[in-house]
Amino acid sequence: MSFTLPKVRVPYLLLFPGFAFLFTFFILPIANLAQTSTQTPIPGGDTGQYQQTFAFSNYLNAFLDNREQFARSFIYATLATVFALAIAYPLAYAIAFKSGKFKNIFLVLVVAPFFTSFLLRTIAWKQILGEEGFVVPTLRNLHVMGQSTTITSTAVAVVAGMTYNFLPFMTLPLYASLERIDPRTIEASGDLYANGITTFRRVTVPLSLPGVVAGTLLTFIPAAGDYVNASILGSPNTKMIGNVIESRYFKIVDYPTAAALSFTLMAAILILVTLYIRKAGTEELV
Amino acid sequence: MATERSLSLEARSILGARISRRGVLVGAGGLSAAGLLAACGGSGASKNDAKTLRWANWPLYLDFDSKTKKYPTLEKFKKQTGIDAQYFEDYNDNDEFFGKVQAQLKLGQDIGYDVVTPTDWMAARWIRLGYTQKFDLANIPNHGNILDSLKSPSYDPKRESSLTWQGIMSGFGWNTAKNPKGVRTLDDLFAPQNKGKIVVLTEMRDTIGIILMSQGVDITKVTEDQFMNAVDFMAKKIADGWIRGVKGNDYAQDLTSGDATAVIGWSGDMFILASENAGKFDFAIPESGGTISGDNLMIPSTASPAGKANGEKLINYYYDPTVAAEVAAYVNYVCPVKGAQAEMEKIAPELATSEYIFPTEKTAARLHVFRSLTPDEETKWAQAFQKAQGN
Repeated sequence: MSFTLPKVRVPYLLLFPGFAFLFTFFILPIANLAQTSTQTPIPGGDTGQYQQTFAFSNYLNAFLDNREQFARSFIYATLATVFALAIAYPLAYAIAFKSGKFKNIFLVLVVAPFFTSFLLRTIAWKQILGEEGFVVPTLRNLHVMGQSTTITSTAVAVVAGMTYNFLPFMTLPLYASLERIDPRTIEASGDLYANGITTFRRVTVPLSLPGVVAGTLLTFIPAAGDYVNASILGSPNTKMIGNVIESRYFKIVDYPTAAALSFTLMAAILILVTLYIRKAGTEELV
Repeated sequence: MATERSLSLEARSILGARISRRGVLVGAGGLSAAGLLAACGGSGASKNDAKTLRWANWPLYLDFDSKTKKYPTLEKFKKQTGIDAQYFEDYNDNDEFFGKVQAQLKLGQDIGYDVVTPTDWMAARWIRLGYTQKFDLANIPNHGNILDSLKSPSYDPKRESSLTWQGIMSGFGWNTAKNPKGVRTLDDLFAPQNKGKIVVLTEMRDTIGIILMSQGVDITKVTEDQFMNAVDFMAKKIADGWIRGVKGNDYAQDLTSGDATAVIGWSGDMFILASENAGKFDFAIPESGGTISGDNLMIPSTASPAGKANGEKLINYYYDPTVAAEVAAYVNYVCPVKGAQAEMEKIAPELATSEYIFPTEKTAARLHVFRSLTPDEETKWAQAFQKAQGN
C-alpha cells in the first residue's frame, strides 16, 4: 500500500509555513502593540514603565495631538503617489511597447536603485539638493530660484524624495499589466477607426488599470508611514506621523502613544485603501 | 577656550599634525545614518567566558589605526592581560540602545556586552533602575585619577558604578565666512545672515541648556517653567523659519554642504571640522555658558562575574594617564583623567594645551551640567522638546 496524504489535508499543510510566519511576526506583535496602546504610566514608576489600565482615551489624545502630522502624511503620500504615477506610466509604457531588445536592460535599471540602501539614497538626495550641490546653484544662476530660497528642509524635498524612493514600486506593476495587453486589441481599435489618443484612452488605460491600482497602493501605503524622507530631507515643519511615532517610542519613551498612533495610522490607511478599491472597481485584482 | 580667543587658532596650528579621526568624519551624517541600519543588524558576540570582554561604545570614539585596522590601545590591553576584548561601535543613540537591551536587562538575560557607555542622564537611568553593578574598587586602582570636577555627579556621588569615558562640551559652531565676527551669544546665532540656516542638537539638555543659560537661568537648578519657556523660544524660532533643523551628529554634514551656517554643536565634531577645512569653521563656548556632559563606562547587571572583572580591568587600564592621553590625542573630546595632560606633553605637545581636550579652569568655570530630572520630568520635558521640533 503506497502512502498518500488525505487530499483534504494538503492545502493546510501547504498553508502552514505561511500561517506560522504570519502568526509569529504579525499577529503576535500586533496583539502586543494593541495591548501596549491602552497602558498608562505606573504612578511613581521610572521612565518607560507602564501598566495596563485600558485607557482608550490614549487614542483620542494621540490623534488630537498630532492631527497636523496625520494630515501632512496623507497629503505628502498622495502627492508622491500622483507624481510617481505621472513619471512611471510613460516609463512603463515605453519599456513595455517601445524598448525592443533593450527591455530587460531597462527593467534592470528600474530595479537598480535597490542595490543601494534606502537610507544612503535619501542622503544622496540631500547632497544633490543641498546648497553646494548641482541643482540649487544652477537654478539660482538661471534666476528660477531666489538667492535665499532653498530646497532641502522643505516639503518639496520631502515629496521629491518619496517620489523617487517609491518609483520602482509604481513602475513594476504598471509594466507588468501593460506588458500583458494583447497587441491585437490595439490593432482592433485602429481597425475600428479609433485614433491613437482614443485607443490609449479607451483600450490601453482600462486594460492597465489593475497595474495602476496595484502601483498606487504599493506607493501610497509605505509613503504614508514613511519617516526617513521627512527626517533627512525635511525640517521641523515637515514632520510626518512616522517621525512622531519614532520620537514617541525612542525619545520620549512613551510606548502607549506610539502604539496608539500606529494603530490609528493602520486604520486610516485601511479605510482609505478600501474606499479607493471600491471606487476603482478592480476587486478581481486586489 | 576663552570667548575672546576662540578655538580655531589652535585648531589651525594643530592642523596637519592630526589626521586620525578626521578623514572618517567627513561623511559623518552618512555614517551615523548608516549606523542606524548597522544597528539593526545587532552584533554583541555570544561568548561570555572568563577570557572575553565585550564593550559597546560610540562610533569614532577610540584610537584607531587605519593602516592595521586595529585599535592600538586596545591591542596593548589584550596583550597585557590576555583578555580577548571585543569592541563594538554599537551606540548610535542613547534611547535607541536602551530600547534594544531594556527587555533583557529586565529579565536578567545577557545583553551581549560587559561594558556599556551611556551619556550621563541615561547612565542615571541605568543606575536608578538597578541595571548596573557596583565596581570592585580593588580592581580599579586608577579610580582616583578622575578629574575632580567629574568626581561626584548626582547620579553616582561616589562613582561606585560609573567612570567617565570622555567629556563632551557643547557650544556654538559657525561658518567663519558667513559669521566673520564669530558666534558667542544667542543674538549672534540668530543674526540675519544665519536665518533659515541654523541647526541645533537633538540632545535636549545641550540645546535647551544653552538657550536657558543665555536667558540667565542656572541649569543646575532649572524649573519646569523656565524650561518650558526656553522650549517655546526654540519653537518660535522654528516656526519663524530661523532654525532649519534639530539634528544629531549630521549637523556636521549640513555645515560642510552649506545648508547650515551656524549651529549648536559638540566640541569634538567642531574640532575635526575646523582642522579639516582650514579655517572655514570655528567653535566657542557661549559667553553665557556651555554645557558639559560625559559618556560613562558602566558594567551592566547582566555581566557575568568574569565579565565584570575583565570590564574593571579595562576601565582601570583606560584610567592610566598614558593610555588616556593616547585616546584623547585621537578622539579630541575632553579627557577625564588626571595626569593625562602631562603625558600628552610627551606624545603630542601641541595637543597638551588644546582647550578642546584639556579645558583650563577659566573655561571649565563656564561649563555647566544640566540637573538630573525625575522620571516624570524626563517624560514631560522630552515631550515638550519633541513637540517643538514638529514631532
